[in-house]
Amino acid sequence: MSGVQLVDVTKFYGTVNVIPPLNLSFDEGEFVVIVGPSGCGKSTTLRMIAGLEPVTSGMIRIAGKDVTWARPKERDIAMVFQSYALYPHMDVAGNMSFALRLAGTSKEEVARRVRAAAEMLELTEYLERKPKDLSGGQRQRVAMGRAIVRDAYCFLFDEPLSNLDAKLRSTMRTELAILHKRLDRTMVYVTHDQIEAMTMADRIVIMEQGHVQQVGTPREVYNNPRNLFVAGFIGSPSMNFLDAELQDDELRVTGQGFDLPLPPRLHEAAQGHGARQVIVGLRPEHFAARHAGGGTEASFLAPVDLDVKVAEYIGSSQFLAADIGGRQVSAAIEVGPDSAPLTSGTYLFDTNRVYLFDKTTGDAIA
Amino acid sequence: MPDAAEEIVPVAARRPWDLSMLGPYFFILPAVAVMLAGLVYPVIQAFYLSFYDWKIGTDFDDAPYVGLRHFIRMIGDEDVGESIWVTLKFGFWTISIEMLLGVSLALLLEKPIRGASVFRTIFILPLMVSPVVVGLIWRYLFDARIGWINYYLGQIGIEPQVWLGDADLAFFAIVFTDIWQWTPFIFIIVIAGLQALPSEVLEASKIDGANWWQHILYVKLPMIRSILLIALLMRLIDVFRALEVMYILTGGGPGRATELLSLHIYNRAFDTQQLGYASAISVLLIVIVFFLSYGILKMGNPLKEKADI
Repeated sequence: MSGVQLVDVTKFYGTVNVIPPLNLSFDEGEFVVIVGPSGCGKSTTLRMIAGLEPVTSGMIRIAGKDVTWARPKERDIAMVFQSYALYPHMDVAGNMSFALRLAGTSKEEVARRVRAAAEMLELTEYLERKPKDLSGGQRQRVAMGRAIVRDAYCFLFDEPLSNLDAKLRSTMRTELAILHKRLDRTMVYVTHDQIEAMTMADRIVIMEQGHVQQVGTPREVYNNPRNLFVAGFIGSPSMNFLDAELQDDELRVTGQGFDLPLPPRLHEAAQGHGARQVIVGLRPEHFAARHAGGGTEASFLAPVDLDVKVAEYIGSSQFLAADIGGRQVSAAIEVGPDSAPLTSGTYLFDTNRVYLFDKTTGDAIA
Repeated sequence: MPDAAEEIVPVAARRPWDLSMLGPYFFILPAVAVMLAGLVYPVIQAFYLSFYDWKIGTDFDDAPYVGLRHFIRMIGDEDVGESIWVTLKFGFWTISIEMLLGVSLALLLEKPIRGASVFRTIFILPLMVSPVVVGLIWRYLFDARIGWINYYLGQIGIEPQVWLGDADLAFFAIVFTDIWQWTPFIFIIVIAGLQALPSEVLEASKIDGANWWQHILYVKLPMIRSILLIALLMRLIDVFRALEVMYILTGGGPGRATELLSLHIYNRAFDTQQLGYASAISVLLIVIVFFLSYGILKMGNPLKEKADI
């Protein structure tokens, strides 16, 4: 079986278990993003794949080979670090060619590969510069160049964009996605930024406290979050959660300050689940201004009263910090760039987009 | 409402009596005073004295001005030449071995292995001992009749040696003693440098495929290059200053076998009372140290070099 597999992998630091038995399988050529909050074990997982952190038990396979106890250099991997980890005493060409020179690659081949990678990353004119003479973005490219020239089976990225400013991060995201298409290699990318995960991943692994909460495509984890954690983590701004009660004989869910009709599929699922006390999840972007009209055929817009505290103008939308029945919620309303600041009043919510969660377990009801 | 233009007054002019502006100068004053008194004044004084033929116990006003005569005399002085040669030999052996041992031990003990911290502490003890005490300790250890070294050599069947009475053995003894005392200095500086290296860069080299030796040679050592050069510089300066240990251990003998330049200057000044001539040799010593230090500092920027393996 090719790709990368983690089979029952655990990690203990002393007596502290940071990774309970973990099972993951990444296909060859897949771009997988492991995402989660700080301390969730995502970097430890990546470092175990890299061989920088020994596993306590379990097995790691790369390209079908058991590499659990292999040294990093024997795993056919390349890695890009958060701090770039460039060799400060070597110039760009030296950094990019270091692995090839260690491997005894011929000078001509080293030069050819470095040139090719430098052209791909637009680094040709910086080849003789030292890392200290480069900007953050250029250093990041060198770090990627160092990985690319290896032509490794698997590329590992440990939060490589987190030291860049927002604009550069966005550019580099696109470049990474293009790079993945061009290289067609297995890439495992760790980040705490769900936007990076959503924009780049073929599949996302969402972790919390060492446990995998959900694995799926960006669409799956956004549209069908498995539990409250995933629902709250994926999406920006975060999903709003409100306590609510299912009505027995009506297709409605009611809570303090709101009363939403449920689409039949959700109501059936809720009826089957049996619980009456639930948590309702409302994504901020599924609110709409009242003049938005009836929406599409599939949508079902219901009125919701929002007590608006602050309206933040961001161009085509406004972010609202508001209250529903005394509970703070956020809403992202598309109103166009020339609209006046939105105020308290009745807004609409697309009830096809209502999420229900079990109040006890936090699991999705669907 | 006050006129805004009136309120904008240059800081210096606003309160001319404000002494706070002198604050920084006030705080560096002690350091500058110590530098002037302890470093600059003696150098100037040595330079000044080198033009006079002054003997201790006589009035300096009576000392004849001799111009450059001391410096001209120095050129043909075999004793000075010999002590420079002994100093260079001593410096070569001590610094080479101390650097090799200090760096190797630092590389071995930088990792958090069991017992490393205890060993690290024990290892730096010689640094805390005064050079005079070091001289006395080793004088007894090397003593031909009652010294422990001959005793233990005897236990394994080796004849007792006259350590401090034979030219080669005495030279070995001062080199050995210096290594014993100063290897910990290199060790401490290098281990501090190694522990400050960013872990991700070291991990990157593992992923790039460097083995243990390549990891040290191409990544770790180049990254602490400036620290190694500083350690080298400080040891080099120390070699030219070394006096107490040799004074007590061998007194420069037998003959002149262990008479380093600093000891030679001391002997000239206080044994033969030629303070003026000794000062001229001191000026030579300052010039030698200056050029050696300058050479090392010129090599000092590790980031200027092109990386190549």
